[in-house]
Amino acid sequence: MSSTASKLSALALFLVVAFLLVPWLIAVSGRSDLYYTLTSVALLSIASAGVWLTFFIGRINIGQGAYALLGGYVSAILVTVGGVSFWLSLPLAGLLCAGLSILIGLPILRLRGVYFAMVTLVLTEVARLAALAVPLTNGARGITDIPPPGPIRLFGVTLLPDFATLANPRQAFYFVAVTLMVLVFAGVYRLVHSRIGQLCLSLQQNEELASSIGVNIAELRIIAYAISSFLGGIGGAMFVAIAQSIYPSSFAVTDSVNFMLNCFLGGLGYVVGPVVGTFVLYFGWDFLFRTGAFQLLIYSMVLIALMVALPNGILSLFAPRRKES
Amino acid sequence: MTQVIVNGLYLGAQYALIALGLTLIFALMNVLNFAHGQMYVFGGFITYTVYGQLHLPFVVALACSGVTLAIIGGLFERLLFRTVIRRSVRDESTMLLAAGTAFFLDAVILLLFGEKQRGVPKIINGVLNVDWLIMPYDKIAVGVIALVLIASFMAYMQFSRPGRAMRALAQDRVAAQLMGVNVDRYSMIGFALGAMLAGVVGGLLVAITGVNSGIGGPISIKAFLMVMIGGAGVVGGAIAGGFILGMLESVGLSVLHAHGDITYLVIFAALMVFLSIRPNGLMGKPWG
Repeated sequence: MSSTASKLSALALFLVVAFLLVPWLIAVSGRSDLYYTLTSVALLSIASAGVWLTFFIGRINIGQGAYALLGGYVSAILVTVGGVSFWLSLPLAGLLCAGLSILIGLPILRLRGVYFAMVTLVLTEVARLAALAVPLTNGARGITDIPPPGPIRLFGVTLLPDFATLANPRQAFYFVAVTLMVLVFAGVYRLVHSRIGQLCLSLQQNEELASSIGVNIAELRIIAYAISSFLGGIGGAMFVAIAQSIYPSSFAVTDSVNFMLNCFLGGLGYVVGPVVGTFVLYFGWDFLFRTGAFQLLIYSMVLIALMVALPNGILSLFAPRRKES
Repeated sequence: MTQVIVNGLYLGAQYALIALGLTLIFALMNVLNFAHGQMYVFGGFITYTVYGQLHLPFVVALACSGVTLAIIGGLFERLLFRTVIRRSVRDESTMLLAAGTAFFLDAVILLLFGEKQRGVPKIINGVLNVDWLIMPYDKIAVGVIALVLIASFMAYMQFSRPGRAMRALAQDRVAAQLMGVNVDRYSMIGFALGAMLAGVVGGLLVAITGVNSGIGGPISIKAFLMVMIGGAGVVGGAIAGGFILGMLESVGLSVLHAHGDITYLVIFAALMVFLSIRPNGLMGKPWG
């Protein structure tokens, strides 16, 4: 079950489905709007992967919306004001989020349990207020008309074409987002199964004990939180590039809570849990759109029912009695 | 300046009541009640309906809010939280459930009461106007009711039998069970009581500020702030946190209003510094 071969084949199957089957199905059915939905799922699950990583060190993070918003604004300002290429602004946004998260994390990562959860939730609200108050972000009007990502050229070879010239930019965004998602989750998987991952697991179980054996818990949790925020930042920046606009309300408390729900719903014990959770939640919400006024009611009732029936996540269905890291 | 301090005290009394409910639920069940703000809004709308639409006395409306929310809280605990707490591997799983109930209440509120801002006629007309203070009578009345409620809640927790049982539960669940405390029953009573407090404050404040369906989330966030300042799961901490936040908000609004809407940014920055010195708030338990 946990052999490398079966995991590699599952990855190959996913790649075939994502890059061949899905575009083909969309081309056949003509529903190119699905590209946007799937791209959103991919990007939101990247941000959720960050939240999952903080769960992995035993912290409940409801502040990912703050970093997604920050990443989005950094990228938007770099592109519109600084004239930087989007593809350069993407890692810059992530790095800035990671840097800031180290500063914020130093005091707040000492908190545990609900204290950490509450302080990160407040952080999301603060990010929104800051975006409203700082002059650079243009207040409530936000930043609009962000140009689409330009080309990537390396030694004269065009690796990625200019998105403005593409006939089907949605498809291109979809491919980029899914590629990014696969890379992120491969990275997280690698991290979780590395030595650092094992140490993080010890943090999740008992910080005092880990510390008494000589694990540098302060450094580890800062690393995990910085990576988490990095993922939030690039997720947000990419999202802004697709929407071509950003407002202080682009990522609010609801989004932060949703990032956390994605992780819970997929299952906290599984690296790909955030993908499953995001997919189910996002499509569930979209699917219920036709129920009109009852959308939120049905959605929340399904959520509650899922939680009561499967308190350990959807993926726990497939692996009963097995606790995977 | 007196004006600012009295305003702060008035705000603080409201906030302390909200934080008390949240901290009670947390102390008993280790559940962070995301739906607290929504319960507050629900209580507000019930008072609006009973007092504003049916024209029954304000006190009856408050009682209706309290009783309805107590029933909702009790049902939530009995049907949902108890099951999930028993069956999940990690106790954080209740957070998803709590968020789910928050969405659920949001949806119910939207369907039942719509999305308009609602207010009710003043409960008492007139303004107290002495040379050092200007304060409408209804604000004074609401503040006094809030203080009385806080005092009676503390007395209830201190002297009554259920209150003693709940304090025992908060201190040590297993030990309380061994001493013969009916854990399930008092968890439910505690959850109902916490929800009731949220409902009553909602009802109280509808007389001053009105209510709309969107303020649930911000109220929850404020409640979290207070609990963080005072320390989670401690009655005294919630009250202290409520009054401190009320005071900070009142002073902050009057001092910083020239610089725009940055009061909460400043409060948050101060909170970060404070939490790095005292991670458990003023009087919280070492374990969150």
